[in-house]
Amino acid sequence: MKKISTEEIKHIVKLSELNLSSEEVEKYKSQLSAVVDFVSQLSEVDTKDVEPTSQTTGLINVLRPGNDIKASLGKEEILSGKDDTYNDYFKVKGVLEKKEE
Amino acid sequence: MDIPLTIKDTQAGLLKKQFSVVDLVDAYFARIKKYNKEINAFLTLCEDKAYETAKKADKQIADFGQKAFNDFPLLGVIVGHKDLFLTKGIRTTASSKVLEDYVPAYSGTVVERLEKAGAVVIGKLNCDAWAHGASGENSDFGPCKNPWNHNFVPGGSSSGSAASIAANFCLISTGTDTGGSIRQPANFCGVYGLKPTYGTVSRYGIIAMASSLDCPGHFARSVDDIERVLKVTKGKDGFDSTLVDYELTPPKPKLRIGVPKEYFIKGIDPEVEANVLKAAEVFKKKGIELVDISLPHTKYGISVYYIIQPAEVSSNLGRYDGVRFGLKREAFSPEAKRRIMLGTYVLSSGYYDAYYLKAMKVRSRVIEDFDKAFEKVDAIIAPVSPTKAFRFNEKAQDPLKMYLADVFTVSANLAGLPGLSIPFGLGKDNLPLGFQLIGSRFSEKTLFELARAFEEATNYQPRVAI
Repeated sequence: MKKISTEEIKHIVKLSELNLSSEEVEKYKSQLSAVVDFVSQLSEVDTKDVEPTSQTTGLINVLRPGNDIKASLGKEEILSGKDDTYNDYFKVKGVLEKKEE
Repeated sequence: MDIPLTIKDTQAGLLKKQFSVVDLVDAYFARIKKYNKEINAFLTLCEDKAYETAKKADKQIADFGQKAFNDFPLLGVIVGHKDLFLTKGIRTTASSKVLEDYVPAYSGTVVERLEKAGAVVIGKLNCDAWAHGASGENSDFGPCKNPWNHNFVPGGSSSGSAASIAANFCLISTGTDTGGSIRQPANFCGVYGLKPTYGTVSRYGIIAMASSLDCPGHFARSVDDIERVLKVTKGKDGFDSTLVDYELTPPKPKLRIGVPKEYFIKGIDPEVEANVLKAAEVFKKKGIELVDISLPHTKYGISVYYIIQPAEVSSNLGRYDGVRFGLKREAFSPEAKRRIMLGTYVLSSGYYDAYYLKAMKVRSRVIEDFDKAFEKVDAIIAPVSPTKAFRFNEKAQDPLKMYLADVFTVSANLAGLPGLSIPFGLGKDNLPLGFQLIGSRFSEKTLFELARAFEEATNYQPRVAI
């Protein structure tokens, strides 16, 4: 059976920006391993010279006419999802840390 | 009052002044207040807005009579929206704690079009959180119950949408179908559910799950109602660039229905299988030819789906960082976390080719199967799910087992095909039975005409569970 290692799960958790306890990591490790093992059956399908599909109705490069511009949401509407804004900006966590002298 | 069960009867009653739209809203809210505590189909009700819209509709009818219905084809139609559809000023949660207090600043295209056509929104419907699930059990606000038998699930992910039609909480409801999330709950609740062709109905203003698969659609109690609603919701809106405008063209006079051998396999509930074959016989008696067909890649559908779908989910749920709206990512429930991680895994460096690229190639194979089949037939008849509605907790502890419940529905999404879930009687435990018709791209009208023939042949009467 296809096994995902604890290290791999931890890497995935980091990429996913999720915060999981070590208990959760173990639980998801076995559940995801089971799913990945199941979907690995695709390796038995011959896909030589087969093009991948990501769009089913055959559309390519759909462009909007340049003169078809609609009004967008106003500032208040955009900010309405958060109570704690600052000077009409969303607040985010600090990116830089203050260097201790 | 006796609430009419179809749009036609509702509007006829309004025109004859047997009742007003306000009376209808009263009657639906009375039922919701009586039964929703147990069934849990509605998460949010918008009474003020509903009565305000209803009063306007009553004025239209008083002033213009029949003309009002010509101008507003869904006038007086009471609708509930899956809580994935953004409704301006009305809380929209995706049934997730992450969006528990989110009130959208705009409405999606479907919501706007239904309102412009005269429909009255009464509330927002429960679903599996982020539309992840096949039972309705994944809602962060408690599971929805099957109105026909409360010990059984209503199906998912559009659990409340299907249950609300079966429970007579509203006349029509909206849903989304990414891997069966309209057709399967419609089947479990004994109502009609349409998954249109990919690119028919706008995804604008609907919380995205898997963008190459998501199809907004709707639920009702007759094929006539399904068609009426699609005429309003379909077509380009200038926001969703995958939309295609097309006419609902009538089918050719002589129709053939394909019976795919891969959909009648070991493990399917004998009662479900017998019912689908009985439905096929009904078509045959109507002069429609049944043709044995083969869709050899059917068994790979689930694997393709559970690679592509979580991959797109992981990308779409990346935007929920709690900065602009909603809570932080810790608030995701287990199923969302599972899919985010699964998707991140299959897209990650070193696994992309083996899983994601491979799945996109096998997707092409699945599509080829259908394209070949539709050279021979005009529609395909198949079970919607291997079983009728199942019991609560029967699959909840085993994600893979739950995923396998989608085996007969995912392929239509992978290929972008329309599918119509049609109810056909009740089985053991008072649970609904039915089947689906799958058509070629943009052939909704053929599915509707077939469903109409089926209604006639079986003398179908719309009904509700309670």
